[in-house]
Amino acid sequence: MIEVRELTKRYGSTLAVDALSFNLRPGTVTGFLGANGSGKSTTMRLILDLDRPDAGQVRIGRQRFGELRWPLREVGSLLEARSFHPGRTAREHLAALAASNAIPRRRVDEVLDLVGMASAAGRRAGKFSLGMAQRLGIAAALLGDPPVLLMDEPVNGLDPAGVHWIRDLLTSLAAQGRVVFVSSHLISEMALMADRLVVIGQGRLLADTTVAEMSAGAPSLEAAFLAMTEASTEYRTTSPADGRADWPTSPGRTSSPAPTSRKEGSS
Amino acid sequence: MTASAARIPGGHYGFWHVARMEWIKLRSLRSTWWTLVIAAAGAIGIGVAVGINTRNAAGDLTNNALAGIVPSLLLIGVLGALAVTSEYSSGMIRTTLSAAPRRPLLLAAKAAVFGAAAVTVGEAASFMAFFAGGATLRHGIPAPALTQPGVLRAVLLSGVSFGLIGLIGLGLGAMVRHSGAAIGVVIGGVYVLPTIVGQVAHGLGVYMPIVIIGNSLTTTKPQLCPAHADYCPHFLSAWAGLGLLGLYTAAALAAGGWLLARRDA
Repeated sequence: MIEVRELTKRYGSTLAVDALSFNLRPGTVTGFLGANGSGKSTTMRLILDLDRPDAGQVRIGRQRFGELRWPLREVGSLLEARSFHPGRTAREHLAALAASNAIPRRRVDEVLDLVGMASAAGRRAGKFSLGMAQRLGIAAALLGDPPVLLMDEPVNGLDPAGVHWIRDLLTSLAAQGRVVFVSSHLISEMALMADRLVVIGQGRLLADTTVAEMSAGAPSLEAAFLAMTEASTEYRTTSPADGRADWPTSPGRTSSPAPTSRKEGSS
Repeated sequence: MTASAARIPGGHYGFWHVARMEWIKLRSLRSTWWTLVIAAAGAIGIGVAVGINTRNAAGDLTNNALAGIVPSLLLIGVLGALAVTSEYSSGMIRTTLSAAPRRPLLLAAKAAVFGAAAVTVGEAASFMAFFAGGATLRHGIPAPALTQPGVLRAVLLSGVSFGLIGLIGLGLGAMVRHSGAAIGVVIGGVYVLPTIVGQVAHGLGVYMPIVIIGNSLTTTKPQLCPAHADYCPHFLSAWAGLGLLGLYTAAALAAGGWLLARRDA
């Protein structure tokens, strides 16, 4: 069980995560949904102690991430695909990680096989495509066979076969009794993969529910998501006039604020 | 809690686990080997060049043979900085901290591994430079021997200086985090600053790391001033210099570790 309690994080004057609380249960895939900039990645970073929260806490079992005895054996994580040195081979990258948590060396080849990278194990990671980089990241997350998996956008860059593979992988890992927490922009993907959903907007919790409950009463999960996040979504890219309110405008010309919002499929 | 949680073994990860990770990381990059080989070759090559051109048998022949140490240290300092900053530029830091989140422990292990590698290469380079520089002496000048007073100390401390400058670079890298900026700080702080300080305040020049290495650690006897020098600096003794350089190293690592522990990664 992972408990996120009143988690709050500011970057300068921006409130990235705002008193966020939710629980993650073993045996379920929990989808983490939110628009761009809603605080999903920041929340993941806070859970992993990469960033320090301004308030609130995360408990993994009874501990903070930084207090775990064997971090890789307790929590597997994938944040961004390219979280490795480009000059190191896939096998060396994983071997280094394995050494840090006393994970047997044979496990490196096991996870390379598992993610379908056995033939690329000796290649330097900087040459990998985004899909390959993503698979290496997933291999690193699985290295310690952990009971908790946190993945930020794991389907990014994967081809359709890869998307299908990760969906099956994550649902089977959850079926084994693990906590699986996956963020994605792809709502349709979440509808297929997740049991539960945590939805946030502007760093605040909008819903902590099941996929079935959220899609009930709406034409689709996507429609339900858009309706829920509409009010709380902050748009950064709008008209050129935006953010220049204090500039003197020449007489006869008025700057109009952007009337419509823009949505993007990926960051 | 779950089926897989039961398989988590007792004990916890510690210094040696993290040090093993750092050793695999260090040795698995080609750039590490190239940089170390070039640094050693540079130190030896300069020793040979100085040996061939030495005409004054009364000079400190050991110090002459070790003349390539200070230039080579530039590479070691930069390599130390990159050992940390490349983690940030590549994104590897996220993975590293997900495996070993105790940051002071991480920096200690990284410093121990890098420092040991740098000292090993430094000792090899120093001894080879000493023997090569001695062997190429001409004009009937006899090669210095390790048994002469202060010679073994000078050669050994030359090797140690690789570790110390490497770790100063590593500490600065942990403070600055950006590769380009860190390289600038290492070159500026360790190489350029002494020149400026030496010009502006003669008395302080002798406390600069590079001056300590060039004029205290790699010498067999106190440096004598030329006959008509306007000003004769009082260089530190080898052991005082070593102590001060050790303090600089400790300060750089402590500051780097403190910032690493406090800042968002």
